[in-house]
Amino acid sequence: MSEAQQDMPPLTDTNKTRQLLWGLLFGIIFGFLLQKGGVAKYHVLIGVLLLRDFTVIKVMLSAILVGMIGIFALQRAGMVKLHLKPTRYLANSVGGIIFGIGFALAAYCPGTGAAALGQGNLDALGVVAGMIIGSFLFAEMSGWIGRNVNPIGERGELTWPQLLHLPTLPVTIAFATIILSVLISLKVAER
Amino acid sequence: MSSSTWILLAATGDPEQTGAAWSPYLVGALIGVLSWFTFLISNKPLGASSAYARVSGMIGKAIAPRHTMSLKYFQDNKPKVDWEVMLVVGVIVGAVIAAWTGNELVARWVPPMWEERFGGAIAPRLIVAFVGGALMAVGARLAGGCTSGHGISGAMQLSVSSWIALIGFFVGGMITAMLLFNT
Repeated sequence: MSEAQQDMPPLTDTNKTRQLLWGLLFGIIFGFLLQKGGVAKYHVLIGVLLLRDFTVIKVMLSAILVGMIGIFALQRAGMVKLHLKPTRYLANSVGGIIFGIGFALAAYCPGTGAAALGQGNLDALGVVAGMIIGSFLFAEMSGWIGRNVNPIGERGELTWPQLLHLPTLPVTIAFATIILSVLISLKVAER
Repeated sequence: MSSSTWILLAATGDPEQTGAAWSPYLVGALIGVLSWFTFLISNKPLGASSAYARVSGMIGKAIAPRHTMSLKYFQDNKPKVDWEVMLVVGVIVGAVIAAWTGNELVARWVPPMWEERFGGAIAPRLIVAFVGGALMAVGARLAGGCTSGHGISGAMQLSVSSWIALIGFFVGGMITAMLLFNT
């Protein structure tokens, strides 16, 4: 227990029950924001894939921009740890494309699907059922995938600064500049 | 309460005819700020897809415990109610509150955009939604996350895996959506 605590950033709540309640609270805020941002709506989500509606892009890029600045500032201050998913070139890309095909069919992704359900888009129940069954299908294949797919292009936890052999700060500034430019272009293009 | 619900429903703008109630830039920025707090307080990034896998494992464990626990994924990720499961439950609740306060609460099986293209029957929409959900689950588990875990949380941490997956989401999604809707 004490070792686990030492491994945690300073403000982390170590009480397990309270942590579940934090999850619920953060979820309520997340769901509230997703619905208010319009991304629980079928036509908005399909709209981005058809390049007709850029609401999803605006929400995602704004979240990435603000989140990135805060997370790297907090990391520098030693207050948070990064949580990186392993980079596996084959699994990330093929999994991403399979997810994308499913996303276009479902229109709701796992997070926005829960928000769509809350909004009363009951077809999201089909997505939820599919997610649960699909997760089990993946689990059935997980041993084979772990042995045969994951090792191809396996790089472990990897960030752009590490890949490019550059310090974090300039890479963060470069990403922030690119994201900000895209957001401003979207705003200008709409006028 | 039921009469006020009725009034809210009756008075609403249709959410499938409108876009974002709040500025999407503001909503995105607030999701970014929310991420700071999930990292600070819960030592976790926002992510939704693994919650469905936990629930899947719990159902599997109830029906076929030995087989379920023989699977590598469920050995590595124990089926239980965890932080992400609570997060996704919270998302449903939060969306109810947002839709309610914004007069956008509905109860509808077939979105108008789908109906216009494929008709109003419920079964085809549900089947496609189910297949889409299953593909998303397989894809997210293979890639390591979904639109939240990779697309927002991983991308903001400048994880290479997340930017690869995010590009994959849009490549697979755009081709499929255009095949479905651009005729």
